[in-house]
Amino acid sequence: MTAILVKKLNKYYDNGFKALSNINLEIKKGEIFALLGPNGAGKSTLINIICGINKKKDGEISVFGHDIEKSYKMARSKIGLVPQEIATDSFEKVIDTLKFSRGLFNKKSSIEYLEMVLKSLELFEKRNQQIRTLSGGMKRRVMIAKAMSHEPNILFLDEPTAGVDVELRQSLWKNLHHLKKNGVTIFLTTHYIEEAERLADRVGIIHQGEIIMVEKKDKILEKLGDKRVIITINKTSKNLKNILAKYNFQKRKNKLIFSLDLKNNTNSVSDLFKDLIKNSITFYDVEIKKNNLEEIFLNLIDQ
Amino acid sequence: MNIKGIIAIYKYEMSRTYRTFGQSIASPVLSTALYFIVFGTAIGSRIGDIDGVSYSSFIVPGLIMLTVLTQSLSNASFGIFFPKFSGTIYEVLSAPISPFEITTGYVTAATTKSVIVGTIILITSTFFVDLNIKYPFEMFCLLILISLTFSLFGFIIGIWANDFQRIQLIPSFIITPLTFLGGSFYSISMLPEIWQKISYFNPIVYLISAFRWSFYGEVEIDIYISITTIFIFLLACLLTIHFIFKTGYRIKS
Repeated sequence: MTAILVKKLNKYYDNGFKALSNINLEIKKGEIFALLGPNGAGKSTLINIICGINKKKDGEISVFGHDIEKSYKMARSKIGLVPQEIATDSFEKVIDTLKFSRGLFNKKSSIEYLEMVLKSLELFEKRNQQIRTLSGGMKRRVMIAKAMSHEPNILFLDEPTAGVDVELRQSLWKNLHHLKKNGVTIFLTTHYIEEAERLADRVGIIHQGEIIMVEKKDKILEKLGDKRVIITINKTSKNLKNILAKYNFQKRKNKLIFSLDLKNNTNSVSDLFKDLIKNSITFYDVEIKKNNLEEIFLNLIDQ
Repeated sequence: MNIKGIIAIYKYEMSRTYRTFGQSIASPVLSTALYFIVFGTAIGSRIGDIDGVSYSSFIVPGLIMLTVLTQSLSNASFGIFFPKFSGTIYEVLSAPISPFEITTGYVTAATTKSVIVGTIILITSTFFVDLNIKYPFEMFCLLILISLTFSLFGFIIGIWANDFQRIQLIPSFIITPLTFLGGSFYSISMLPEIWQKISYFNPIVYLISAFRWSFYGEVEIDIYISITTIFIFLLACLLTIHFIFKTGYRIKS
């Protein structure tokens, strides 16, 4: 089932700046989708348009089959949004701001549910504190709790872990996995590529307002990722000249580092090992290195 | 209809009032009480009756209007401006709540506050002057109608304003002078003829005249003309708000 469908979406600002260009995107129910892109690529603009905060120029967007303009109430009732900036009324109590959020979405008051959300985000003890008394990380949790307060089917998280500590990041990731298990669709933007690698089922890459790739995370890594074996030997080994001509290597202090492309030449490792043994050259380190999403992302952006 | 959404906004706005009780309620009541003491009791005792009403009683409707108009404007404009300023507006814009429901939540809260302040001032005035309200029901209806109309106007100002200075611009430089010149402290008939004619272009004259009618029954402007003027202004505000939400003016980029 399709949770979010975006067709031929364009967005221009009044000054003529084209923020989004011909965006086509389909997000399936229950998946975690991560949108990566540098600052100003259009990530937040896309989220804000889907959620009703910004206007689109043209194109169609639907949320669980409900057009975001014609059936905006139905579409928005499915969505919870955690914006990039922490924006709360500092003088309000934590529990009151959650009640406000739930009320806005026309949901019957449920203190039990709100307390459950607070407990899941480790905010329960702070429920009667004014938001201004909380730390930055705690305020971020309040933002997430607000978005979850009305039991959304889709959760938009715009850089949810920007500027938060490792503990909160880990706890948030755990929460997102829990939500996914309960069938919640998650759309997140992030600068932390590790976050996308850890969480996402699929990854989209947006650059200068255009989506340049949408692929399953594993497939992106498989398609675009290098896999290399790095073997380090002592530079002073005898019989070196017998093998140097055959392989690419780097000199580093008293070491020679061979880097073998496993993806394109699976025999190269066994060939090198044979040559090393034949020439009685000892090696003291072997490392297998895969390109991570960050390197793939940077390569794509640079192209 | 998202009734719970309207109630959420209303309760949030009212809780802000209780949190800032001194600024929201006590301050306007105190300043109006000072007007009663200075203009009503001290100076008023040396001024003769106007249209058969003592001066201190004559200024009561005008003083209530002065406070109700400024309170309606400031409450409603700040109510919508602050979420824009702090960024919390995102939540209202992304919720399944219609422009009509958003406006209802903010504006009814601002109206309630103004009616509360107006009622407290009315009660306070009884400590300083003898009041006999001729049409109490109509007086209360007019208080609500005028508070509602100016809360709608304040809501528009709050959306239009980009900074705190603009929030104060229209209330300070247009509404307060027009209220002072609209017969709060005097009868229009006391002015030279040319100024009387000019005064009829001041919409506040009609509000004060209508409100004074509910107190004393006798005013120089026909009550139906005054009420029609209030409704025209109300309609203009509603149409402007409809345009704002339709176009996203100063709300959605």
